[in-house]
This record gives sequence, structure tokens and C-alpha cells, in this order.
Amino acid sequence: MSNDLHNLSVVELARLLQSKAVSAVEAAEHFLKRMDAHQHLGAFVSVNPEATLAQARAADAKLAQQAKASSSESASPMALTGVPIAHKDIFVTRDFPTTAGSKMLKGYQSPFDATVVSRLAEAGAVTLGKLNCDEFAMGSANENSAVAPVGFDAPVPVRNPWAQDRVPGGSSGGSAAAVAARLAPAVTGTDTGGSIRQPASFCGITGIKPTYGLASRYGMVAFASSLDQAGPMARSAEDCAWLLSAMCGPDPDRDATSLDRPAKDFSRHLNDSLEGLRIGIPAEFFGEGLAPDVRAAVEASLKEYEKLGAQLVPISLPRTELSIPVYYIIAPAEASSNLSRFDGVKFGHRAKDFGDLTDMYKKTRAEGFGDEVKRRIMIGTYVLSHGYYDAYYLQAQKIRRMIADDFQQAFQSCDVIAGPVAPTVAWKLGEKSADPVANYLADIFTLPASLAGLPGMSLPAGFGADGMPVGLQLIGNYFGESKLLNAAHRFQQATDYHLRTPEATRP
Amino acid sequence: MSKTKLVQGYEVVIGFETHAQLSTQSKIFSRASTAFGAAPNTQACAVDLALPGTLPVMNLGAVERAIEFGLAIGSHISPKSIFARKNYFYPDLPKGYQISQFEIPVVVGGEVAFFLGDEKKTVRLVRAHLEEDAGKSLHEDFIGQSGIDLNRAGTPLLEIVTEPDIRSSEEAVAYAKELHKIVTWIGICDGNMQEGSFRCDANVSVRRPGGPLGTRREIKNLNSFKFMQQAIDFEVRWQIEQIEDGHAIQQATVLFDPDSGETRAMRTKEDAADYRYFPDPDLPPLVIADEWVQRVKAAMTELPRTMAARFVADYGLPEYDATTLTQSKAMAAYFEAAAKACHQPKLASNWIMGELSRRLNSSETSIEMAPVSSAQLAALIARIADGTISNNAAKQVFEALWSGEANEVDAVIETKGLKQMNDSGALEKIIDAVIAANPDNVAQFRAGKDKAFNALVGQIMKASQGKANPGQVNGLLKAKLAG
Repeated sequence: MSNDLHNLSVVELARLLQSKAVSAVEAAEHFLKRMDAHQHLGAFVSVNPEATLAQARAADAKLAQQAKASSSESASPMALTGVPIAHKDIFVTRDFPTTAGSKMLKGYQSPFDATVVSRLAEAGAVTLGKLNCDEFAMGSANENSAVAPVGFDAPVPVRNPWAQDRVPGGSSGGSAAAVAARLAPAVTGTDTGGSIRQPASFCGITGIKPTYGLASRYGMVAFASSLDQAGPMARSAEDCAWLLSAMCGPDPDRDATSLDRPAKDFSRHLNDSLEGLRIGIPAEFFGEGLAPDVRAAVEASLKEYEKLGAQLVPISLPRTELSIPVYYIIAPAEASSNLSRFDGVKFGHRAKDFGDLTDMYKKTRAEGFGDEVKRRIMIGTYVLSHGYYDAYYLQAQKIRRMIADDFQQAFQSCDVIAGPVAPTVAWKLGEKSADPVANYLADIFTLPASLAGLPGMSLPAGFGADGMPVGLQLIGNYFGESKLLNAAHRFQQATDYHLRTPEATRP
Repeated sequence: MSKTKLVQGYEVVIGFETHAQLSTQSKIFSRASTAFGAAPNTQACAVDLALPGTLPVMNLGAVERAIEFGLAIGSHISPKSIFARKNYFYPDLPKGYQISQFEIPVVVGGEVAFFLGDEKKTVRLVRAHLEEDAGKSLHEDFIGQSGIDLNRAGTPLLEIVTEPDIRSSEEAVAYAKELHKIVTWIGICDGNMQEGSFRCDANVSVRRPGGPLGTRREIKNLNSFKFMQQAIDFEVRWQIEQIEDGHAIQQATVLFDPDSGETRAMRTKEDAADYRYFPDPDLPPLVIADEWVQRVKAAMTELPRTMAARFVADYGLPEYDATTLTQSKAMAAYFEAAAKACHQPKLASNWIMGELSRRLNSSETSIEMAPVSSAQLAALIARIADGTISNNAAKQVFEALWSGEANEVDAVIETKGLKQMNDSGALEKIIDAVIAANPDNVAQFRAGKDKAFNALVGQIMKASQGKANPGQVNGLLKAKLAG
């Protein structure tokens, strides 16, 4: 049994742990071993087996205590006690260093845990380590990480477990690769413009970005504050529902943008019937830029939905294209300000040789930040500058509002919206790394929901060219997470795309 | 508008920006303490240090104080105001931006009224907005390096901005004192200028009367009323000199050096930063429902101007007296207690603004510590009012109370024999004697010289050893001379 623990879902593993068929320490050791054997993927940037095993022992003690206690005090239905998970290295953690994929934070040790991290710990999850990502979550291929993964001396790209010469997507590339390669049953990610959904799509796993404000941002190294959201990535919608339930909840004392909505059980409606569900199909998501293999897989999965009783409704999101310039003004503007704290004064990298204060700032930031981060700081600084603010930032905010209004218009005639996550399957390593604009354009289908603050998810919808996974994106109205997870779960009951394993990572 | 005082033919134009540190226990966006004087960096939490992942959360106590201020000066409280980031790099600014309010501040408009001498002045406010303070850079204590103390980082400030309504350094100081009075009166700021709880920046320019506004220079961090006046006076003279010499004034930020008594340019407009203000995405708009404003209003202490209006209405005081007596809560309370006890509000006002204030000032004593209590003063005034003692005698009684020689008014009058001669028989005898002894004065008076009458009164008072009631003397003497 314990030889293929990695093939179990979160739900299955949690049940085995509750029934004592397997201990938390056994589970942790199994995954730590697996991580060692798959270091070449570059998914993890830090491990701390001592801390992991200490957490696992604590989980075992908790499980033992629960067994002794009366049935009324037994574990909550979705207890994650002893379930190993891993965190994107954008969440600060006490037991592991936090780099955000940047040289700027090399060796940085946070004195506190992110709210999402502590909520999952309270639910009993055991942390295996920290996962690679694009520097400060800026990127769509995880090629912008400046941190050497575990087992490497220098930064190397994270590899897609389905084809190791391809990117895993980004920015939560390490997260997606780890789940696809069965190095962790579930992980956390963050999504600013698609950073959960796109890598989930590229790596053939399931991921959900909840409504903006549902998960606390406290302890997430900020990229674009008005867009950043945490979410789970796992193999199935059901596993995502379990993690999401633990992650979300109000955090009024630490995050003013966290919404005052009580934590809830997102798994309650997983099995609801899809009979009569109206799925909106935005014409703009199926235009010329969509690769034929992706189109075929997405259309086939929509047919599957019709078989499940759903009804496809044509809709329009007329400003879809505008979401690219709008996003690439707002996100860099916020980033340029959010990253000002990395100045070499208080923590993180500081240049060794410098003249005066200005020189220290310049050298520290020139050395500490990678090209993509610098590019966005410059764009953001420019669009906020005196004389340009109205033409760029303010205009972008107005269009952002219109994009959100377009969604509300669309939700008049549908319950969820479906379409591709990305125009193509995962591309080859290095293929677009010299062309930032090509990377930006590939975000076109994930940006609209991000700008509107809507929940969105990606679930495996089949395979395209060269056997690469294709994701189906579902977008819900505000607080429509349960409906999205329900739609995804019923699809996964009827299909097995989410259960397929990349050849290279077996056993 | 009153006539403007000119300096060498120039009109002085001043606008104020005041940073009042709000009296909250914790910081504006974190839970760290705001107490002054702790060891460096011991009162800076993860949020104040801008550690990765930290976020600001609004301290509602700071908002409440801003609302109180707005109500105190008759402003509009914005139902929805926005926090913005002011971006610049400096080592004592941990986030690389200051959270402030830019386009929509919490408090809009309002005015501050005060007396300059006996002339009433009004300064209009543009706005007051909430913001966080920066930390401190310590350049002196470390050779070749600078130390950073972030204890102050995140301390709540209310920045209060006036229209350029002020026309002289005296008026500037009077405005600042009035504003200081308001914020300490309502308790939103401890007003401690040495500790930097109340810091003023003055935007100063000069122009020919009726001409366009001149270019301003901003004098930063005026933290005493004395320096404020010196700095502005110097700056005005300097600007006029420059203009007279044919030089244009360059917009600049200047610092006042109390040792040299001069202002010195710190930076000019050319190196003014582009702060790239934009709404802070970490903080939702600050929404203040009317119920909140009403709740704050109901719980607020009576404001100085409301109290002054009440003193005019209820006690029949002149506006000047009412304004002066409401300079501090303690003084107003002292007055009310005394006025109620003696039923002579105007006399009480005269004594408090006169003798009592003079003694308090010369001994640098606060009214709370005054050796003469309001009850004692009231008893004293009652004895003046009922004619028992004269004003002169009353001063002697006051002196005895002040020095602690005695504490009971009637006992002092008794032991010192200060009672006025109210017995008209005895007084008439003295008057008759004085008339008899001064035929010249009597003749002069009858010839129409009023001075001679006063001389006779003086003689009578002297003969009575000051105990005669001057009013009574007047009446009786007039009657006798007419007869």
C-alpha cells in the first residue's frame, strides 16, 4: 500500500490517515523520498525534512488523540491531519526560507507564517517544502526564477512532467509540476493573471482561484495587490474543494481586503446534478488565436457537459482583448510600488560595494531583480508618472470596471462560463523567453476573470499536440466557487483525464 | 476683510500644513504601540518593518479622531475617502511609499477662528487627511553611517492644510496656537511640540498688494511657536530683499536654524520627486456612514467655539472674553465654577483674564495648579459686588489667598480691616471735614472744573483709609456740593 501513496488523492490519503492504515510520518517520508528521486524537475526550492517530520509526528499525535476521544469530538469531515502538501515559495513560512523566486530574498527567513499557511497547518496538513515559481510571480512559464531548485547549484528551469523539454507554465510552475509528478497530493498556488489556472492547464491538473478577497493575502509576497489571490492545486476538483475550505475565511486583523464571509465547506455541492446548468461560451475565447488542438479538446469537453445535462449558451465578453493592455498597466503599476521595499536597507539582498545611498539602491536593485521584474517595475513606474497617470493607469482602471460589467451582463444568461485556459498547450523551454510580449499575449483567457475578481478554475480536458494536457477554464460569478467545483467534479466523475499520469514520472 | 499689515510695502501670504500626531494607543495600520521614547526599533512590528507579506489594516481610532477634528472645525466629513501611496525611496520609509490620502481626504473644508489682539480672524482649511509617519534617520550617532529607528514609522498623523489666508507672522502664530488648542481640547493629539506631536510647515510668499501670489517657500518642521515667528519673519525679510535686489524667488523647501535665526534651502523644485500617487490597493475606500459621524458627535466634549457662544448667550460676556476664557478647558471650567458661585460673570471674567492670568503667567503656573480656587475667587467677587470691599482691597485679599497667608475671604477682610465704610453717617462727617478743609477745590468745582471733584474724592478716600465706597462717596459729595 505505502508504495503508491503518491497516487492517492487528498481525500483517499486523509481517510487512510484517519483510519491509521498509514501514519503521517510514513506519508511524509514517502513523499520526501519521491521528491529526492525527482529533483531533476526543479519543482522544489527548499525542503526541511526535520521540520516536515516534526509536523508529521505532531499530526500522528493529533490522530491518536482523536481516536481516543469520543466520536462527537472526532475529526471534522474534511480534516487534512497528516496530509502532506507544499507551498508556492511566494507564501512566507517560519519553517522554510522564502525567496519568491528572487535573488533579492535569497535566504530570507520570515518570522511568521502566511495566513493561508497557518490555516492549512491548523487543518492538520504537513508541509513538505517550498515550490519554485517565477520571480515575484511574474511570468507564464516559470523561466523567470532566480533560485536554484533543491539539488542544483544554480537556477534551472522547472520542467513539465509531461514533456521535460517543455515549460510547466507559470507563475505557479513548481506547484503544477509537483502535483503532476505526484510529488505532493496537493499544493498551494497564487493567481494574479492566471498563475494557478495556466500552469494547471499545462501540467494536466486541477486548480482554482477563488473570488478576490476570499483567501487572505497576509503573508503572500505581494505582486499586484488588487489581483493576487491564493488557491489550491491538486489532481481533482474534490481535493481542491477540501483544501479551499481550509484556506479561505475572513482575516480582518491582517488583511483589509479579506472579505467578511465565514469559512465554508466547498465540497457540499460537489455531487449536485448539472441538469439545466447554463454554461456561457464566450465567442471571444474561440477566435483565431486559439490553437486547433486546444480548440478540439475544449469543444469535446463542452460536448461532455451537454451529455451531463448542461446547456451551452453563446455569450460575449467584448473587451477580452483589452484585458491584456489593462492588466499589463495595472499589475506593473502596483508591482512597481509593492517592490519598493526591496531596497537593501532592512532585509534581503544588499549590494556589496556602493558609494552613496542612491548608489546602494541602484546596485542593490540592479543585482537583486531579474529582467522581467525590472521590466515590470519600469512599466509600472512609467504609467504612474506625473503626466501619464491619467492616460494609462486611470484609463486602465475604467476599462477594468467595464470588463467586470461585461461579466455581469454575461451572467444574466448563464451560470458559469467555460472556455480554454490558454491558447496553446505548454511550449518548449526557451521558446518564448526572449519575447516577453508573446508571453503576455498567452494570458488573454485568464486575465479577464482576474481583472473582474471572479473565481476561475482549470481542469484537465484532454490532450492536444504531442500528448500535452489541455485545460478547460470555468469562470463563476462572485462566490460561485461551489458551483465551479461542482461542475468540475461531475465532469471528473465522467472522465479520467485528471487521473492520467505522465509517463516519465512513473512509478 | 481687515486692512492688511504690509512689510516694506509687501503683503505677506502664508498657508499652513500641520501634522498632528493622533493620540491612539497603536499605530495607524498596525498594532504596535505609539508610545514615545522607547529604545530604537522596539516598537516596530512586522507591518512597520514592511516585511514581505505584511499588509496595512486601518486603525478605526485614528479615523474617529479625524472625524472629531472635522466636527470641531465645521468641516465636511467625506462619506468615502481614499488612501493613496506616495512613492519615494528613503531608508526610514520601510515600504518605499507612505500611505496617505491624496485625491479624496477624510476632512474637507472648515475654518479656524481666533483673535489677534481684539481683532477676529478666520483661516479657512482646505482639508485634513490621515497618513502614517515615517521612521527617523539618526545621522549623528554613527560615524560614517546612519542609524534607522522605525519606532515612529506608522504613527497616525492628521495633516491639516489651510488656504493661504494668513497675512503676518503674528497671525500665523495665533492660528497655530488656536489649532493647537482645538486638537488638545478635543483630545485627539497630546500637542507635545518637543516630541514632535504637533509640527507645522509654513508656506510663505510675499507680493505687492493686489498683485498675483508670489512664489512660495515652505519652512519645514516648525516645532515651537517662538521659532515659528522668528522663522517667518526672517523668511519674509529674505524674500523681500531678494525681490528688491531683482532676484526671482525659487520654489523651495527650507529649514529654520534656531541658532543662526535663518532659514536655509533644503531642496529646490528641480529635485522635487514625482511621488506617483495612486490609490492603495491594500486598503478599501474608507467609508464613514452618517451614523458613525453622529455617534462621534454625541460623544464629543463641548467644543471651544460652542462653549464661547454659550458664554456669550448665558453669561452676557463680550465675544472677546468668551474666546479668551475658552483658551483651555481648565480655564473655561474655572470661569464657569466661579461665575455660577458669585453670579457675577463679567466680574469673574475680568478677574480671571486680569489678575489671575497675570499671576499665573508671571509664576508660570497652570490654572489647574492656581493657589486661588474658583470658589475663593467667587467669594472674593461676591464681596466686591455687595460693596463690602473695594477693588483695591480685593487685590489685597487676592494677594493673601495667593500667597497662602489665608484661605478664607471674609476672614482676610476682617483681620486686615478692609471693609468699606458703608455707614453714611461716618462718611458724611469725613466729607464735611474735607469740604471744609479744601475751599479752593470746592470753588474750582463750582466754577466747572471736574478735576477738582476728583481731587476731593481722593482726599475723602485717603481720610477714610481706603474704606469708603467710591460710589457712595461720589453720590454724597455731589449732593453736598450741589446743596
